[in-house]
Amino acid sequence: MRNLIFFLYKYYTFILFFFLEVMSLVILYRYNNYQRASFLNYTGGMASKFYESVNSASNYLSLRRINDSLMYENARLRAQQLNAYYQNGFTLSSIVDTVYKQQYQYISANIVNNSINKRNNYITIDKGRLHGIETDMGVIGSNGVVGIVTSVSDHYATIRSALNSNTKISAMVKKNGAFGSLEWNGDNPRVSSLLHVNKHVPVEIGDEIVTNNYSTLFPVGIPIGTIKEKTLEAEDNFYALDVALFTDFNTLKTVYVIRNILKDEQKNLENNLKGDH
Amino acid sequence: MIIDLLTYLLRFVLLLLIQLLVVNNIELNTYINPYIYPLFILTLPVNTKPWHVVCISFVIGMAMDTFSSTPGLHMAATTFMGYLRIYFLRFAATKEDFESRISPTLSKKGPAWFLFYAFVLLFFHHLLLFYFEVYGFSEFFRTFFRVFLSTIFSVLLIGLGQILFYRVANKTNG
Repeated sequence: MRNLIFFLYKYYTFILFFFLEVMSLVILYRYNNYQRASFLNYTGGMASKFYESVNSASNYLSLRRINDSLMYENARLRAQQLNAYYQNGFTLSSIVDTVYKQQYQYISANIVNNSINKRNNYITIDKGRLHGIETDMGVIGSNGVVGIVTSVSDHYATIRSALNSNTKISAMVKKNGAFGSLEWNGDNPRVSSLLHVNKHVPVEIGDEIVTNNYSTLFPVGIPIGTIKEKTLEAEDNFYALDVALFTDFNTLKTVYVIRNILKDEQKNLENNLKGDH
Repeated sequence: MIIDLLTYLLRFVLLLLIQLLVVNNIELNTYINPYIYPLFILTLPVNTKPWHVVCISFVIGMAMDTFSSTPGLHMAATTFMGYLRIYFLRFAATKEDFESRISPTLSKKGPAWFLFYAFVLLFFHHLLLFYFEVYGFSEFFRTFFRVFLSTIFSVLLIGLGQILFYRVANKTNG
């Protein structure tokens, strides 16, 4: 007993260090394995509030740029409006209610914190559970794909941006539908990679990459980027395509969170299928 | 004593703010992610009790984690660095240092000693930080390159800061 006390006394610094280090590693391990599920709830959005107040000041400096990108987006959306098209037939207007059922809703949000240079980058936005945001929703900017919602508190949400080693987004080449998985290798915040694209499909440098409908996160055809370079993967059967991203994460200020109304239905159906095996 | 405590608290907050609002926004490229907030741990007086150093390191890591929403990441790195500091000073600091209770800063210990001290401790801090961030060794060399470049840049920033503050301190004294 005396020896034990002596031991504890002699090495108390080491024991303290060991205890704290193991504690941090356990926390690190837990959150890495449970997708950082509710860290935002523990800190009570304190950090988010801090960044929001800092941001409300610094946003004044980039108002012009924000306006420009929003105007550009407005112009693009106007061009897609029904009255921008010449109507070729008469059937569309009468059956529109039964043929088209809304599947996606968009929730606009401002970015309060963002990083682009870490290996795993996260974005914090100023909308949360009270605004209808849930985990695993897709997020886009005015130019293209941004990321996926990972954790939500009442007023804030964090997004795993496309510039993150854990983000994998299902995507395809727009012109022929050759699909692959968009992953970021950590080199350049303007460039990501589309991996595992079948070699036999013809792809050219400059082709546009868009989202496909394999996942429930994004509608089909949300722009991602253009092919910048193509290389063969190690096994020689697949291309790895370098994609120049449309979204400039450095200047990103506003985003839209996508709510897929039919997501639960699709997921349930797919889960039933898994039970069959 | 209270004044001392307040000074340290102020320095703690100031360093954290500089890290979060200024240094985190230096976005040169993905290989250079400098961290200057460990300067707080570096410049604690040499005779600070070892268990104090470890606890302070843990707390500053926790503060950093809260604001960068990376649970456990900075905690693990700073705690290790704080523990390492105890052994580094045991070998590298002289008896007079301990007796006169100085803070190991650039002005007190000279540029060569201080930069070496900062480099070694920051290297281990960055090593743990970046490998834990990637959470694996799948990108071993790329991460190592990132550790190395970031450490050099952090030491550079800290050295510059020390020179500036050293100048200011000199002027106010003289």
